[in-house]
Amino acid sequence: MSEVKLFRTWSSPYALRIVWALELKGIDYETIFEDLSNKSQLLLQYNPVHKKVPVLVHNGKVISESLVIIEYIEDTWKDTPLLPEDPYERATARFWAKFNDDKLLPSIWQVFVTQGKEQEEAIPVATENLSFIEEDLKGKKFFGGQTIGLVDITIGWMANLISVFIEITGINLIDADKFPLLFGWMQNFSDVPVIKESWPPHDKLVIKFRAIRESYLSADVPK
Amino acid sequence: MANKEVRVLGAWPSPFVMRARIALNIKKLDYEFLQEQLGSKSELLLKSNPVHKKIPVLIHGDKPICESLVIVQYVDEVWSSGPSILPSDPYDRAIARFWAAYIDDKWFPSLSGIPRAQGEEAKMAAIQQVRDGLELLEDAFVKCSKGKPFFGGDSIGYLDIAFGCFLGWLRVTEKSNGVKLLDETKTPNLAKWAVRFCSDVAVKDVMPDTDKLAEFAKVLFAKFRAPPPSN
Repeated sequence: MSEVKLFRTWSSPYALRIVWALELKGIDYETIFEDLSNKSQLLLQYNPVHKKVPVLVHNGKVISESLVIIEYIEDTWKDTPLLPEDPYERATARFWAKFNDDKLLPSIWQVFVTQGKEQEEAIPVATENLSFIEEDLKGKKFFGGQTIGLVDITIGWMANLISVFIEITGINLIDADKFPLLFGWMQNFSDVPVIKESWPPHDKLVIKFRAIRESYLSADVPK
Repeated sequence: MANKEVRVLGAWPSPFVMRARIALNIKKLDYEFLQEQLGSKSELLLKSNPVHKKIPVLIHGDKPICESLVIVQYVDEVWSSGPSILPSDPYDRAIARFWAAYIDDKWFPSLSGIPRAQGEEAKMAAIQQVRDGLELLEDAFVKCSKGKPFFGGDSIGYLDIAFGCFLGWLRVTEKSNGVKLLDETKTPNLAKWAVRFCSDVAVKDVMPDTDKLAEFAKVLFAKFRAPPPSN
């Protein structure tokens, strides 16, 4: 009987990826919620380098960094693969997952935490990144094809948080006319039962992210 | 004659390009090395990597693969009969991937931070950051190598490639700032590993000569006033 523990917060999109990966593969696990303003001794011991969530502990083996964790889960539990078999398709999936973390997510975040001229300049950067990812959806229901995979769960934060960002800033980056495929994907992705069941509560997210945006706008917070 | 089936778009000074070449060398694969010119991007590069427009790009047949560590994994998976680059155990793989991500996300940016630092205090802080990172990597080496010569064990693997590719630039930074970063007293295992890595048959022909790299760095910094682009 294997023992799997996931250290996470209720709202972290990086941790949510791991929830999705575990749930999709039907893996039993225990959740330990962290308060990042008051990190537990165990978290600091398990992730001394980054001191962040998510952290996965499998039979005492500690793994951190969300994309590393997902690859570990994929290597260890072979049911419901999250990566295709073909090496070129795998490379493409890994490329887009990295693109999300390195470029797409930060560029959308930049729109969210700024205003005025700074925000105006951030929007075309985010839009260009969205257009790249829109291309990859051509002819597919999900980034993973007929079923969700690594790229879907990596970018999946968008399907949840975009509506929160719209509510707070009034800016809709994923317009149905401009990005019809992404718009459709967000709906399809949200409808997958495992995903639907684990969305953090919308109202709670609005409160939290509104406070984050305000703290960025009112102070010189390093981005 | 170079094999046109496998092409690498790159440049000799780039540590990221070196990763792809080392991986191909480990698998004893022939490939055509197409060098980009500093300050301009070829049509082939723009077509093969429209998202980032950066090197390295591996072109296998007509399929482009981008992002250096994605390329290394691709090479490992396609030419699976050759020596393995990633470990076989899932946890060892996770550890290798974790440290490779740390090197790209934290350590290499701290190394690039040294020439960018304004003023003596900022420079000392940047140097300390690099040294702190090297101490973490020293511990990682002890854990990963399990008494063997490389992070990957008996032969060079994923993490050796991910980290070792920066040794040339590390030495250039040491020389131009008059500091020791990879210190035999503080990080003895890494210091010895570095020598072994650079003399490995898969590495020695693609690791640039330090003086040649230092000359290139002068040209680069003069032209762009910034360290090389990261990928």
